[in-house]
Amino acid sequence: MSDSFVNDSVEASASKPQILAVLEKVCDPEIPTLSILDLGILRDVVCHPKHLEVVITPTYCGCPAMKTIEFDVIRALDDAGYKEVKVTMQLAPPWTTDWISKRGRAMLLKEGIAPPVESKGSFGQGIKCPRCTSHDVSLISVFGSTACKSLYRCGSCLEPFDYFKCH
Amino acid sequence: MNKNHYRYVLRLGDNALILGQRMTEWCGHSPLLEEDIAMANCALDHVGRARLLLSYAAELEGEGRSEDDLAFVRSDREFENFLLCELPIGDYAFTMARQYLLDTYHYHLFTELVSSSDETLSAIAQKAIKETTYHMDRSRDWVLRLGDGTEESHERMQVALEGMWNYTEELFERDPVDVQMIAEAIAPDPEWLHSKWQADINATIKKATLSVPEKKWSLSGGRNGLHTEAMGHLLSEMQHLQRTYPGLSW
Repeated sequence: MSDSFVNDSVEASASKPQILAVLEKVCDPEIPTLSILDLGILRDVVCHPKHLEVVITPTYCGCPAMKTIEFDVIRALDDAGYKEVKVTMQLAPPWTTDWISKRGRAMLLKEGIAPPVESKGSFGQGIKCPRCTSHDVSLISVFGSTACKSLYRCGSCLEPFDYFKCH
Repeated sequence: MNKNHYRYVLRLGDNALILGQRMTEWCGHSPLLEEDIAMANCALDHVGRARLLLSYAAELEGEGRSEDDLAFVRSDREFENFLLCELPIGDYAFTMARQYLLDTYHYHLFTELVSSSDETLSAIAQKAIKETTYHMDRSRDWVLRLGDGTEESHERMQVALEGMWNYTEELFERDPVDVQMIAEAIAPDPEWLHSKWQADINATIKKATLSVPEKKWSLSGGRNGLHTEAMGHLLSEMQHLQRTYPGLSW
């Protein structure tokens, strides 16, 4: 994230860490424990003379959560006293699962969702069952409950699970 | 306004929207639960892509129209999608054969558009190519499974390909819109796309133990607003709400 926050505008008391602390509480509506920071959706916070600009990027072209995330960003900042906020959608560079933070990956695992294996490998290599950590897993469907997930089954504990697929 | 630039982006948006609308018809009706979910997922990617492209087209047009105006209050003669996108869904073989032909087309198209001189188109292509790669893996898989499957599935897949083959030439036609886009390094040459596409399709058809259909005749006109009968029926359903309650919003 570029350090484009300028201290002498908007509110003198505002600082980037404070704003990020507010945005850290804005979560993906589909995975409510995962913040937009950890998911890599939040790309930048820019301070303009009269307003704050929050730059976000969609995970998928048709991600239905983007509008909700935009509203949640505005509401969270409004509650924190930042009244003039503009949310900008940025497409390029395109979002990648490589932007999901370490903490984000741990959160996914806690939710029972296998985090994405580092990209560029062949599909499904190195996936572990989020419940019993077994490597004995098989793909049920590439397209799971949401566009960003695939459905797998564990051969050891026999439970199905979601895998956050590489993108 | 650069009319050709607007029409090029509009065509891309219309293809995504009309195909996406067809795909949603399987929602709740697919042969398997996993397929139902997969189809809805892919349809969402297409509709999402359509939103980005139609918003951009509206911006290029500069007449104050929105993505919704373009999607919901244009008549069939104003849509410029390929005829192949609007054909009724048929059976699952027909649906997946069409997806495969168009996914492969889009795969090569978006790969090229990534380096378009139009930054917005490039940004959309950079996003869409990732999704299209997943779509194409799935649709190719179905062509192989049904083609190299049972006697009946093989027959159905062959019939599906025969039924849509004469609509494929339209994908690679070149009119003044394309000529200007190529000249401005905005879009790739359809002829080049054709050779890449044909090589992939031929290889998959062969692997699926199917045969490449013979081209007996060719139908086109979609890109100039001349559509099949199916288009009007599709629009009447898709546009129902905005036509009945103009300007309705959430």
